Parts: sequence; structure tokens; C-alpha cells
Amino acid sequence: MGINSKPVVFAALSALVILIGTVVTVFVPLFMPSTQPVSSYVKPYTAVELEGRDIYMREGCNNCHTQTVRPLRTEVLRYGEYSKAEEFAYDRPFLWGSRRTGPDLNRIGGKYPDSWHYKHMQSPQSMFELSNMPPYGWLAANRLDTSNSFRKTSIQGFGYSEEQVKQQLADYKARVTASGYDSKATRDLVTPANLRGELTEMDAIIAYMQKLGRDVKSMEAKR
Amino acid sequence: MKDTGYEYSVVRGFAFSALFWLVVGLIIGLWIAFEMFNPALNITPWLSFGRLRVVHTNGLGLGFGLAGIFATAYYMLQRLTRTPLPFPWLAKAHLWLFNTAIALAAVSLMAGMNTTKEYAELEWPLDIGVVILWVMFAVNVFAILIKRQEKQMYISLWYLVAMTVTIAVLYIVNNLEVPVTLFKSYSIYAGANDANVEWWYGHNIVGFIFTVPVLAMFYYFLPKATGLPIYSHRLSIVSFWSLIFAYLWTGAHHLMLTPLPEWIQTVAIAFSIFLIAPSWGSVINGYYTLQGNWEQMRSNYLAKFFIIGITFYGLQTLQGPLQGLRTLNAFFHYTDWVVGHVHMGTMGWVTMIISASFYYMIPKITGRDLYSIKLANVHFWFILAGQLIWTITMWIGGIQQGAMWKATNPDGSLMYSFLDALTSLYPYYRIRFGAGVVYFIGILLFAWNLIQTVRQKPATAEA
Repeated sequence: MGINSKPVVFAALSALVILIGTVVTVFVPLFMPSTQPVSSYVKPYTAVELEGRDIYMREGCNNCHTQTVRPLRTEVLRYGEYSKAEEFAYDRPFLWGSRRTGPDLNRIGGKYPDSWHYKHMQSPQSMFELSNMPPYGWLAANRLDTSNSFRKTSIQGFGYSEEQVKQQLADYKARVTASGYDSKATRDLVTPANLRGELTEMDAIIAYMQKLGRDVKSMEAKR
Repeated sequence: MKDTGYEYSVVRGFAFSALFWLVVGLIIGLWIAFEMFNPALNITPWLSFGRLRVVHTNGLGLGFGLAGIFATAYYMLQRLTRTPLPFPWLAKAHLWLFNTAIALAAVSLMAGMNTTKEYAELEWPLDIGVVILWVMFAVNVFAILIKRQEKQMYISLWYLVAMTVTIAVLYIVNNLEVPVTLFKSYSIYAGANDANVEWWYGHNIVGFIFTVPVLAMFYYFLPKATGLPIYSHRLSIVSFWSLIFAYLWTGAHHLMLTPLPEWIQTVAIAFSIFLIAPSWGSVINGYYTLQGNWEQMRSNYLAKFFIIGITFYGLQTLQGPLQGLRTLNAFFHYTDWVVGHVHMGTMGWVTMIISASFYYMIPKITGRDLYSIKLANVHFWFILAGQLIWTITMWIGGIQQGAMWKATNPDGSLMYSFLDALTSLYPYYRIRFGAGVVYFIGILLFAWNLIQTVRQKPATAEA
């Protein structure tokens, strides 16, 4: 066997052999429209939602929660309309997950009021005694770091101006700190007094929760 | 050592690094296994399940797995080429940088610096570190192969070359990201493409770290430990090329029934089924190597590790493609069944083979006899029992969970809430934790045995 005595040729041939499947199933699809469909009803994340998404990533929520509803009868029954590729056009990285220790979250937006999430994040066991989800009440004790928010949205290519990002942050802050906010009592309960007038990490991750699947739901509602 | 000029200190350094990260990774594994039925253990953000799970997978996959691979690779490369390591200083630097990187990886993941792409969670500065590490390794691999004294490259060297080349491609392509800060970046791919790239990587990192180099060990250390030549050279050639060809097509079986284009999923299913053949090529080659000498399963403690190890490889590579089938995947995916599947491979196949390779190699490089064969046998039975209870428990749990997710009432409504299905698994999680403890005791015996081996006086006058 000639090739077994020529290490460089052997390595080059190995590279070629592994690249065939790679090119066909990974590299070529990168440029196909079917892997990157766009849809006018799917909107990019706001700066707050993106910050919330980053907290979701930081805490490794994807280790227990998926974000893809499969086209199976019981799955659609449990979570809602199955997931389509265009919904993930703004997901860098994707967060589909691989294990459902907790339920799928791709249709969680709008399912519960913010107050439900504040309570549940603070203590999942207070709502579901036997839940094994870690408590995340401490997120409400962390002021949201927005120093990179604009940079983040521009790297993601969302096309917001710096003013727009500032405005989004200010709007969301105004919303959750307003006296008329429908989840005010619960938010105040879980948020330390000195941060009640600020945006916290808890606020951001809940904004992100409420965004998940919302575009699809509002499209369905319009039909 | 002087008479051969072989560089063994780096082999020993990587071997004991592997043992260290193995013990650390398993302690974290036990911790998160306990959190699964007792969330009170999520004491601080640093110890919460979401952060620790990636420390467990990276610590064992990269810390233990890679260190074990580097240790045995540096050994096999020198023996099989009959050439001393060309750049021993580079290999030593590799060892130090490796352990620094793994320590930083663990700390950064605990701090929540997590890109979330499975088995590629490290943030970009550490990615660059990993690439540098890999280049340092590759330089020695190719230099020694070019300078080699032995004309033909033995099977194990093919696998090491394939690993060196493929991991480089996989790691770089999947980790392309745009930095936001020193500790944060975003993937350059979006949505379905990002998923496709990630699972092409995720599946093949398992293939080219937990399969390919472990097969290199198997093909080298099995004949060494048993004194029997590999049954068929031709079969090993066919297995090798078809394995590395087919592997790269199969990543999308991790994305079955997701929004990824269906043809990519279907191609992945086809190649997954195809992969049974080359995988079993190695299994059969292993079994037939023992042909007529099966009494070694009783008389030679190392034969047990290798043959039971390759058996789990065979089961793993049969179970994997079957799970990839659409109908079965619809039932099993996202349940604990898959967790059981992964752990049969890692706790059964990978650890069995690395254990036996170390038992053979450490006495050779230190000139000492193994401290205790009896202890090695106890180690074997503990990790076998621990792993079997662990994985079978998870398979049963997975079937139960899958069935409860799918169950409907006569009127078509769902029979169980999500929480019903989850809480029904807690008894299994408790058993799993117990099995993990049994396994961990076996691993402690393994580490203890090797530590005692090197602490003994040399068996021969001069090592």
C-alpha cells in the first residue's frame, strides 16, 4: 500500500474525504435560500430582548429548554404551531437545544403575563412544588448592563441606530417601572428596592421570554 | 529512557492530567445529577445546573478525553515510527498550555461565558487558545511521521492523522464568531444554518475525539496487550476510509424534524445507517483478533477492558443510527434516552479503552509493574456495573418520558402535563446518581492504582 508510507499524501487525502460530506451537507446549504428564508412578519429582537437572550445563553438555559416545536400532533397540541426556519433568521447563535428537561420555549411569548414569569423565575418551586428548575431570583438583583447594547445589535445586523437602541431601552424601562404596569406588584416583590426604578437582568430575560414565538402568534391572529 | 531517546515525560504528564480532569469532571457530573432531583443544590449562579452542565461535558470531553488522547498519541507516535519526538520542548509547552486552557475553560464556563454551541461553548479567546494547542500537537505529529524510521504507517497512525486534520477543520469552521467584548461573541451563522454547522461539528467532534483516536488506541494496545495481531489489515483499511468518509454527512440526524431542510435530514439518516458497516468493521476486527484465544478474557485483565469496550462501541454505533430514524427520533429525541446513549459511549467505550491503554502504557514508560492487577479488575467491574445501571436507567426513563409526552386521552387531548412526565423521572434520577457513585469509586481505584504504580521503586534496575 503506497499511501500508507506517504504521510503528507495520506493527510491530504483524508482532508479531501472528510470535506466531501461537509461541502454537500454544510457548506452548500449555507448559500441556499431554504436555510435562510426571510419573512416580513418576523421582527428582530429589540435591544432589551437581545440582552435577555444573552442572559439566557449565559445561564445555559438551552441545556434544559429547547426552542423548536416539531411538526408532531402532540407537540403542536402541547406547545402550539410548529417552528419554521424563517423564525430564526435573527438567531445568532441558534438556541434550539437538544434536551427537554424543561418544556420547549419557542411559543412561550404571550402565554403568561409578566407577573407569572417574575414569580416563576424567583422561585419555580413556589409555583410547581416538584419542579427541578434552579431559582433565578438573583437576576432581579443585577442591574442590566446596557453598555454594549448598541454594539450587540449592530453586530447582529438589526439595523438600529444608537438613538433607537437608547430609545428601546428607555421605553422598556418606562414600561416596567410605570405605576400602571400590570405586573408591577410582582415585579416590586422580587426586585430589591434600590433597583425598582432600573432595568434588571430579570426584566430583560422576561422581555426575551415574551418575544419567543410572538411574531408567529400575532401573524396567526391577523389571519 | 536514554537508550531509546523516546520522550516519555510528556506522555506521563498528559496521562496524569487526564486522570485529574476525569476526577474533577465526574465530581461535577455527580453534583449536577443530584441537582436533577434536588434543585436546592443550585446554591449560587456558579453552581447552577445550566452553567455546570457545560463544565461537566467540556471537562470530561476536552479535559479527560483530549488529555488521554494526547498521552497515548505521543506514545504511539514514537513507538510506531520508532522515532523520538522531534520537538519535545514543544510537546512540554503543549502540556502546560493545555492544562492552563482547561482550567480557564472551567472557570470561564462557571462564570457564564458560554457561546451555547454544544461542545464548542468556549468564548473566542479560548477558541484561539485551542487552535494554538492543536497546531502545537499537529507540528509534532507531522514532523515525526516525516522523520519516521518505520516505512509503513500502522492503522493507529491513520486514525491519528485523520483526527488531526478533521478536528482542525471542524473546530475552526464551527467557532467562527464576531467578538462583542473579550468575553462575548456571536456566531457568524444564523438560525437553521447555525444549527446545521453546529451539529455537523457536534456529531463529528464526538466522532473524531471519542471514536477515531480511541480506535487508534484500540488497534495499537489490543495487539500489544494480548500478543495477538489484528485479524484483518484489509478490513481495517476499508473500515477506516469508509468511516471517515461517511461520518461527515450525518450531523443533521441531531436535527430531525426541526426547521432544517428535510433533504439534509434524510441524507443524514442514510449515511447514519451506512456508518454501521465501518463501525462494526472495527468491532469484528477486534473480536476476530481474539479468535482461538478467548481464554484471555479470564486470564488477561486488559483483554476484558478492550473487548467489553469495543462491544459498547458496537452497541453505540448500532443504537445511534437507529435513533436517527425519523419515527424513532420523534419518540426519543429530547428525552433521557439520548443522555443514556451518550454515556454508554463515554463511560463504556471511551473510558474502558483509555483505562486499559493507560494500564499497559504507564508501566512501560516508567519501568515499573502495575501496582495491583487485582485493583484493576475491581475497577473494571465497578465502572461496568456503574455504567450499565446508569445507562439502562436513563433508557427506561427516556421511554417513559417519550411515551408520556405522546399519550393522549380518548378525546384527543394530552394525558399528562409536562411536569407529570418530569416528576415521574425522579426515581430514575436517584438511581442514576447512585450508579454514578459506583462508577466514580471505580475511577478513583483507577487513579489510585496508577499513582501507586509510579510511586513504587522501579521494577528493573534502570528504566
